Amino acid sequence: MGTLALERPVPTGTTRARKRRVAGSLALVSVLLAAMVVSLGVGARGLTPSEVWYGLTAGPGGADHRLTEIRLIVQTVRIPRTVLATVAGVALGVGGALIQGYTRNPIADTGLLGVNAGASFAVVSVIAVFGFANPFQYVWFAFAGAAVAGVVVFGLASIGRGAGNPLTLALAGQGVTVFLAAMTTAVALSDKASLNALRFWNAGSVAGVGFGVIWPVTAFVAAGLVLALTTLPAVNLLNLGDDVARGLGVNIALNRTVGIIAVTLLAGAATAACGSIAFLGLMVAHVARYLTGPDYRWLVPYAGLLGAIVLLLCDIAGRLLVRPGELDAGVVVALLGAPFFAVLVWRGKFKSA
Amino acid sequence: MTGTQVKPSVAPGVRLGRVSFVWRPWLVCVTLLLAAATFLLFCLSIGVGDFPIGLPQVIATILGRGEQVDEFVIMDLRMPRALAGCVVGIALGMSGAITQSIARNPLASPDILGITWGAGAVAVFLVTVSGGTATAVVNSVGLSGAALAGGLGTGLLVYLLAWRRGIDGFRLILIGLSVSAVMEAITTWLLVTADIRDVARAQAWLVGSLDNRSWDDVRVALWCTLALAAVVAGVAFQFKPLHLGDDVAAGLGVRYTVVRAVLLLCAVLLAGVAVSAAGPVSFVALVAPQVAMRLARCPTPPLVASGLTGALLLIGADLVARTALPMTLPVGVVTAAIGGPFLVYLLVRANLR
Repeated sequence: MGTLALERPVPTGTTRARKRRVAGSLALVSVLLAAMVVSLGVGARGLTPSEVWYGLTAGPGGADHRLTEIRLIVQTVRIPRTVLATVAGVALGVGGALIQGYTRNPIADTGLLGVNAGASFAVVSVIAVFGFANPFQYVWFAFAGAAVAGVVVFGLASIGRGAGNPLTLALAGQGVTVFLAAMTTAVALSDKASLNALRFWNAGSVAGVGFGVIWPVTAFVAAGLVLALTTLPAVNLLNLGDDVARGLGVNIALNRTVGIIAVTLLAGAATAACGSIAFLGLMVAHVARYLTGPDYRWLVPYAGLLGAIVLLLCDIAGRLLVRPGELDAGVVVALLGAPFFAVLVWRGKFKSA
Repeated sequence: MTGTQVKPSVAPGVRLGRVSFVWRPWLVCVTLLLAAATFLLFCLSIGVGDFPIGLPQVIATILGRGEQVDEFVIMDLRMPRALAGCVVGIALGMSGAITQSIARNPLASPDILGITWGAGAVAVFLVTVSGGTATAVVNSVGLSGAALAGGLGTGLLVYLLAWRRGIDGFRLILIGLSVSAVMEAITTWLLVTADIRDVARAQAWLVGSLDNRSWDDVRVALWCTLALAAVVAGVAFQFKPLHLGDDVAAGLGVRYTVVRAVLLLCAVLLAGVAVSAAGPVSFVALVAPQVAMRLARCPTPPLVASGLTGALLLIGADLVARTALPMTLPVGVVTAAIGGPFLVYLLVRANLR
């Protein structure tokens, strides 16, 4: 699995490959935009395109009861969840692709660094201790929990000669995750309010979060994206093996540190806002690798776009499947995404990672 | 994973007639030590309780030379629980070692064979959906029996889906992850929609526990584990080359499709035995092989040592849960709380050296 870049021969028509990748990314962007538009219109109260347009452009005021209702639906319900689904989807997609690159492990997911477990533990703890009832109160505790867990895992894996060795990183992440999950269960079993919050947290949803949370989360995700993009060329070289990468002049420790910080920021911010959404990052990373080949400079942006598209579509499907109720987006990602992914696997689309 | 961090010293090969093997005195030592420690902890665990019994009496009674009072307490009341811990630990440890070897990935555990979450989904369904059929099923085969059937069914599904002109380790992992993700999503959704009292019961089952074990439960688990261990021992000689990849294994004369199919079946059944005896105590299978590998300084998870490590971990955790903790916690939680940090400790120690 470390010989990732050797799997595919060097393309003979490099310009043709680049053209295909550019065209592919443009196609993904248009699909994403279309999904965003659909996401604004679909829901328990379906809206026509003209109603959506009115809701987007209208200012406050106006006497018409029906028009005010449309404006409120679009501006306070549909726009926030569409924006959040896009931001969280990009974050989890990019994070998933990056963590697979850094650990050189095809089954690494964004939760691997203990981010999800840390966030869950923080949530159940503050509920048990402070008795918070409203998700807005514990969003930042969740982010802090995710960040602390990520830092602890990376710190432990970097002690001594390890310096972020992929295997040590993955296993240290597993160890910390296992420990935090046990603590979370212990708290949840002894405190009913925590257990109640935990089950909704585990479902992972993009609904019901206001812009007061979404903007800071977007800022963290943006910072994570910038860091992630700067390390992409180095990820390619790191996948040739540490020795080769060092020989080619890559500062391994620096790049790993920056990359892991990026993953923690991305996954931590998305998880804090949505709860745990598992499997998304892993899934889109593989699909992106199938579409672009092993070049991380293309793979990671593709994974981000795919993540946003999948999360948006799953959120839309969740609103339609059990009307008038809703299925949480995180549940739909696994229920619909995983079988689709399994079909791709079965048809042999992913040769190796 | 190519970058294995454990670097064993070159072990000498030994040839006796037509049989040759690698002589690892340290592995033998560690295995014997683990066996002794497991037996000691097993006896200690039996001795501790409301009616304390000294270690010599416990050993005497187990060997059939004890007093009648002790014999009743030990053989009828405490033995089933201790034996259940031992059997479940061995089953999970071996199951994990096999899975990680076949997948050639230290992050793999029998969870990815679908059995854990398959069993969990069925159990949670039966707990949360109170109705004619569900109640009838629970009454006739018991919750554990139904869950076991669900787990084995899911395991079979994973196997069938991953089968395409043979079993490929990489495809198996990805299919298993997908199926597990679906089962996990179903579980999450059931928990979100259920009554909070049922959620607490379901959560307690999901963690796994050794409470209220009877001889009947343990006897079946014990014989199954012994039988499966015998089967694994039968193919154990062809087990090692699987680490080197399919081509090398074939070149060394291993019929890898057959060996792998047998081993996978054993791994699934071993995990099933554990699920039926203690519920899905999932962490042991992940942690025990990695811990055993580092204790024994082997390049790959050793089978026997992994099983013994699992048993040691589970009995030890049960002992801690019953004696040292102020509140009663299920053994699954304590096992994870001890096993996770211990794995991290081993990683850090290896890096510092």
